Parts: sequence; C-alpha cells; structure tokens
Amino acid sequence: MATLVRTDRARADVGQLRRLGGVALLVAILAVVGLVLASWMQFLLTVSLAESLAVLGVALLMRAGLVSFGQGLFYAAGGYAVAYGMRLLGLHEALLLLALGIVVSALVAAAVGPLICRYRQIFFAMISLAFSMVLYSVLLKFNGITGGSDGMQVPAATILGLHVADRVLPAAYYDLTIVCFGIALYAVSAYMASPLGYLARAVRDNEIRLEYLGASVQSVTYRTYVLAAALTGLGGGLTALAVGHVSPTLAYWTTSGEFIFAALLGGTSSALAPVVGTVVFESINSYASAYFPNIWEMVLGIVMLAIILLLPRGLWTLYEIAARRWSR
Amino acid sequence: MSAPILEAVDLSKRFGAVVACDAISVGFAAGELVGMVGPNGAGKTTFVNVITGYVTPDSGHIRYRGEELVGLTPRSAVERGIARSFQHPQLYDNLSVLENALIALSIKRGEQRSMWAQLKRRAALDEAVALLERFALTEALETEVAQLPEGRRKVLDIALSFALEPAVLLLDEPTSGVSAQEKFALMDTVIDVLAKTETTVLFIEHDMEVVEKYAQRLLAFVDGQIIADGRSADVLADQRVRELVLGVVDAS
Amino acid sequence: MQTTSAILIDGLVYASWIFLVSVGLTLIFGVLRILNLAHGSLYAIGAYMGAWLVVRFFQPGMPLWLSIVLLLFGALLVGAVMGPLVERLLLRRTYGRDEVLQLLVTYALFLILGDLTKLIWGVNPYYAYLPYSLMGNVTIGKIPYPRYDGVLIVAAIVVGLGLWAIVNRTRFGKFMVAVIRDREISTTLGINVPLVCTAAFTIGTTLAAIGGALTAPTISVVPGIDVTVIVLSFAVVVIGGLGSLEGAALGSIIVGLARASAVHLFPDLDLVAIYLVMAVVLIFKPQGLFGRVEAKRI
Repeated sequence: MATLVRTDRARADVGQLRRLGGVALLVAILAVVGLVLASWMQFLLTVSLAESLAVLGVALLMRAGLVSFGQGLFYAAGGYAVAYGMRLLGLHEALLLLALGIVVSALVAAAVGPLICRYRQIFFAMISLAFSMVLYSVLLKFNGITGGSDGMQVPAATILGLHVADRVLPAAYYDLTIVCFGIALYAVSAYMASPLGYLARAVRDNEIRLEYLGASVQSVTYRTYVLAAALTGLGGGLTALAVGHVSPTLAYWTTSGEFIFAALLGGTSSALAPVVGTVVFESINSYASAYFPNIWEMVLGIVMLAIILLLPRGLWTLYEIAARRWSR
Repeated sequence: MSAPILEAVDLSKRFGAVVACDAISVGFAAGELVGMVGPNGAGKTTFVNVITGYVTPDSGHIRYRGEELVGLTPRSAVERGIARSFQHPQLYDNLSVLENALIALSIKRGEQRSMWAQLKRRAALDEAVALLERFALTEALETEVAQLPEGRRKVLDIALSFALEPAVLLLDEPTSGVSAQEKFALMDTVIDVLAKTETTVLFIEHDMEVVEKYAQRLLAFVDGQIIADGRSADVLADQRVRELVLGVVDAS
Repeated sequence: MQTTSAILIDGLVYASWIFLVSVGLTLIFGVLRILNLAHGSLYAIGAYMGAWLVVRFFQPGMPLWLSIVLLLFGALLVGAVMGPLVERLLLRRTYGRDEVLQLLVTYALFLILGDLTKLIWGVNPYYAYLPYSLMGNVTIGKIPYPRYDGVLIVAAIVVGLGLWAIVNRTRFGKFMVAVIRDREISTTLGINVPLVCTAAFTIGTTLAAIGGALTAPTISVVPGIDVTVIVLSFAVVVIGGLGSLEGAALGSIIVGLARASAVHLFPDLDLVAIYLVMAVVLIFKPQGLFGRVEAKRI
C-alpha cells in the first residue's frame, strides 16, 4: 500500500510535463500522417478533429452528469461567427476568426448559462435542445441576413497573414486544425486533472455533499458549461473554415445528437476517448451514408442501444482492459 | 456557561401536520461534546438540517458567534465553520477514497475554481494522506468509494467534514449501520481527533451505550421539543426520558 | 378585432392538436419516469398509417365518418402494437437506471423508428386531404375556417375528459396516480407496477398516434414531422410541468395561443415565441406550472 501512495505521488508531479509531451507527440504524428493521407481522407480527418472539439465539449458536460442535447447551439455560433467575421467585420485571418468563434460561443454560454445550469438530467437536456432549436429557426427564417436553409459560403482565410494557394489550402487547414486541436486537447486534459475538473465529477456523484463541503455547485456547472461552449465554438469555427460553408444544420438537434453519440461511443473517462469516438463515428458515417443511406440512422440507433446497454463507458473501456492486461 | 458559540432561539419547523421543530431554544458552548437522543421522527435530523441551512425554519433564529444564520445555505454555514456528517454517508461514490479527501481539502484551500492547478500534486497528496491517516482510512486509498464497507464510508463521511476544520461539527447517527464490534473503535477514532482540535460536536445517536460513553451533555428530543437537557447521566435517569425515549416502563 | 378572433380560433385548434400528443408524453413521463424522445416518431407512424388507410380505402362518395373511423383505427392499431412492444422489449430493460441514459435509449429508438418509417412508407409525401376538403369551411367573422379543425378540437376534449375520468373514476386510474406519486410504495401496496407501466405507455403511444392520424388530412405526411412535434410537445410539458395532465392541458393552450399570435403578428418567429414563453415560465416556476418539487431526503 505504501508503495502505491509513493508511485502515485511521483506520478502526480510529472503529470503536467507528460501531458504536454503526449499532446505534442500526437500533433506531430498527425502532421506526419497528414503528409501521406489521400486528400479525401485528410479532409475527413480535418472535419473529424474539428468536430471532436464539440464532442469534447459534450463529454466535459457528461462528466458533470449533464447531457447537452443542444451543443449545436455553440457549434453554429462558432461557425456563423467565422462567416460573419469575414462578411461584416472584414476579418480574413483564420486565427482571429477562430478566436471570434470562441468568444462568441463563450459569451452566448455566459448569457444562457445562469438559467440552464439550474437544471439537471432531462431538464438540462431538453432546455439545451430548446435553445439550440431557437437559433436554428432564427438562422432558417431570417433568409435576408443568414442565407436561410442554404446558409453562407465561407471563403478562404489567411493563416498567420499568409494567403494560401487554393491547391494547398486543404493541407494548410489540416495543419491549422491539428494545432488548434492539440492546444484544446491539452487544455481539456489539464482541466480534467484540475480541482475544477474533479469537482465536476463530484457534481455528478453528489451535489449535496459538494454544497456541504462549501463549494458552489452552480459555479462548477457554469464554468464547465462555458468551457464546453468555447471548445465547441472553436470546433464550429474550424469546421466552417474547412468545409467553406455554414448552414442552420449546425444548430439542429440531430447534430447535437451526433455529438452525444460520438461521446458515448468513445467514452468520457479520458480526454482522448471522445476524440476516438468522433473519428470512428465520422469514418463509419462516410461509408454508411454512401453505401446504405436509407438505413444509416437505424444502424446508428442500434449501435447506440448496444453501447448504452452493453458498453456503458464506451470504446475506451476496451483500451482500459487492454492496458490492464498489458501492465500485468 | 460562557457566551454560546451556537444558539437556537424559538426555532420552529412544520412539515404539513408534523411539527418537526417546536419552538426549540438551546445553546452550545465552544468545545462541548453533546449527544442528541429521541425516538424516530422526534426532530433530531430536522434540527441538524435547519442549523446547517438545508431546511429553512418557519420561525425563530439561529445565531452563530452572534451572527444570524437563518436564510443562509449549507454552503454559507460551512464557510462560517459549521459542518456536518450524514446518517447515510454522502460521498463521491465513483471516485477513490483518496480523491474524495483531495476534493474536500482543495475546496478548503479555496481552489474550487482552479482549472490549471493539478488536484493530485505532491503537497496536496501528502495532506490528503495525512487526513486519512488520522481516521485510519489509509488501507484502501485507491478503492472506489462505492466498494467500501458501510463502517468505512461513515468514517470517510466524517473525515470529509472534518477536513474543513469546522468549529462546530454535527454528526448524524455516526454509528448506525456499523457493526457492534466496530462502533466503539469508530467513535474512539472520531472523538479523539475532534477533542484534540477542540471542535464543538453535536451528535445524534440511538445507541445508548455510545451515548453514555461519549456524550458530556445530552439533549432528549420528543415531538419536536427538547424535553431534557443536562449531564448525560442525569438525562438518562429522567423519568420522561426513560418512558418516551428509552421505552422503559417503570413499575410504580 | 378580426386578428384577435383569428388568433383565438387558430390558437384553440393548435392547442387541441398539440394537447393530443403532449398529454401522452406527460402521462408516460409521470408513470415511467422516462421522457420519450421517440414520442414524435409514434405520432409520425400514426400519421402515416392513417394517411395510408385513407388514401387506400376512402373514396369520394363514401360517408365522411368512415374516413374518421379509418384514421382512428389506424392510430389504435399503431398504439396497440407499438406500445407494448417498445415498453416490454426496450424500456423495461432500463428501469431504475440513470434518467439521462433512458433519454438516450429513446433517442436511439427515435433514430431507428425514423428509418423504419421511411422503409415502410417511402420518402414521398402522402396526401390524405379528402376528409379535410370534403368537410368544407365555416365562416366566422368573414374569415373561413376549415370544419375539419373542429374534429381536432372535439378529439382533444374527448381525450381530455376521458383521461380525467380514467384517472379519477376508475381503479386503474387510482393505481396509475399511485405509481406517479410513489413507485416504491405502490409496489408494496400490491399494485402490479409493470402492468401499469405497459398500460400507461400504450395509452400514451396511442394518443400520439391519434394526434398524428387526425392531423394527417391537414398536412402532407413527409419524413421530419416527428421532429417538429416532439420539439413542440416538449415545450408544452415543460411549461405545464412534466408528468402533470392538467399541466399538459394548460401548457397546450399557452403554446397554442403563443404560436397563433406569432403566426399572425410576427410570422417568422413562431418557434422563438413558444420557447420565449417557456423560458419565462421556467424563470419563475422552474418545475413548470403544475410541476412538483422533489426534495432529496438526506
């Protein structure tokens, strides 16, 4: 037992460095992989990684016991912020546009957060859904300003002030995405190891105890909610740039449903699990919608049932079991 | 008795037709070790819930070091130094024993908003292990709390409240659900730690052996009222207490 | 003035429509403690079944009541088959588990039923407008209103009164109320809780299907109607209070009037108006108008 404590303590202080190293390594691997991938696979990975930030947002909330059926609200907020940043503010720098997406999403979350964070369980799920559907219908109905159901084009942005030739733009967006993804992943994994990250899990387990330890449950959920929104906004911004287009579908509840699906698929016990879930989901998605589009959603539903009923902590469970075998 | 650290004045609370607290007035001096007995439904837990802000009283006052507490939340009571444990331990079941302690201590340090610091850094781990050592809880540090036997859960529940270094600690049936062999060991551990820190302790207890051994002062609750208050031996000898609380029918 | 009466009449029609669906949703939640996201899918299946029966078997010249009978028959069929099937095979496996997990199970069901509907009835719209057009219009204050809308209003009143009678006047209703109040105590009282759950889910499902079937003649039945209705009935039950039948009635009227007002005054903002009302209700009554606060015992 004593050795256990000691190893745990030794692990504790190198955690931050290892985390940074791990993320840097992952980004480096992704960069190399990007060089050899076929262009359609590179694009698939760009979109998957961008989307995985939204899924990470959903996963952070799930860790606090909150299931957001309306994360599309922030996904669309991030995406449309990029589109309007170009159109109305004349911004063309990708990093500024993404920053705008993050800020807009976080501000929306800061505004609706005090209301929504009073709720739990089903109420939280459905009220978040309601808010995203309001944005959806606004985007749909005000054609004059939003382009209605067609949405808006998002022209090529400059990256660090450089105009990128159309030919290499997808590759440049890929690199931009993996760097942003790496930074976000580092932030998420730092959050998960922080007091706030553990308090979020504590909210899920027992709110009464948390209040009786002198912590504010509302403050924990609110901060986590805004953080999740910022992540999702970044994901929406990256998606808008990579796809070159935004539409109200970003805010539609089934988009949020897909985020939840990906988070369930991967699991929420590590920062990487939801990312794996998203990449797997998007890969299956691109095959399935090409080969059996008519029953794609049915397959999704059946897989989802299977995961919920048989593998409640997601695919990551398989990794954890394997890791345990390995270390033995 | 010097000026009380905690005082209830005319405290009343009804739930529908049930009077759970009936104009209770009572004060507690710093460092006292007070037992509370009474039949089920006599209002003991309600009293604890009201004192700690979980339940708002219909009327009356709670004064802590002279400050009015009525209308405040459990969180603000905790911030002022009043903590409690629970009859059914309130823990983070999906986290380990160590993580439970780490969370309590990090809140105590005021880190609940920090998202860049590490929860499991060396100094924090040392402090958590030290806390758990005081309560003899170190044999299962990495165990998920849900897997812990009830007796251990009770102690951990108390340890988490104790981590806040409260001036007043209310214990709700610390030995219920604990085996007869374990209960004295548990109380010895807990009372020993609390006595060293001069914490004012109020504990609800059904086990009269435990009450006799540990309570310096005893309150007997019946129907939302305190029918006896004094030295344990005196209260336990009281005619009405024997009848209504202990259920002894004296032949006379 | 004309706008006001139009808003009131449209609001009433709209309230009747959404009441038929949302009262089933709230009943299911009350008894099973499950918010069924697939409720809208069952509404859609009811609409398809009704529309299909009318298109297939009803011709001009037949008595009008026959079309209504066909619609109702379709709805009852859907409810009687799907209700027990879904409850017994799927939902029963999730009782006692996390509420949100149950919500996700019904979301999966929503995905499955959506594709199933498309597989059975295809993606082309069904037009079962005959009963609607044959009934013609009635003019109130110079504005013509379709008589068929009266069918929805009557159906809503009958369903409302029927449920009220079941709940207050029958043994089964008392059992149901007992289960809504406290499941554990009901079990110890000897109530067959699983049976009550199956029955309540079947009733709720049938109501959704009736809502769909009776609506079928007024719309083109296409994929996607399931989503619209679930999103709206959710607003209704949140406003009224989850699990409360009276709440569903009042919530329907509020949502109906809000939507009718928006349609007449700010045509683009109907959904926004409804959710605005919902947000306002929630700020002042977080549990909805008839919702119960459940304090956790410690």
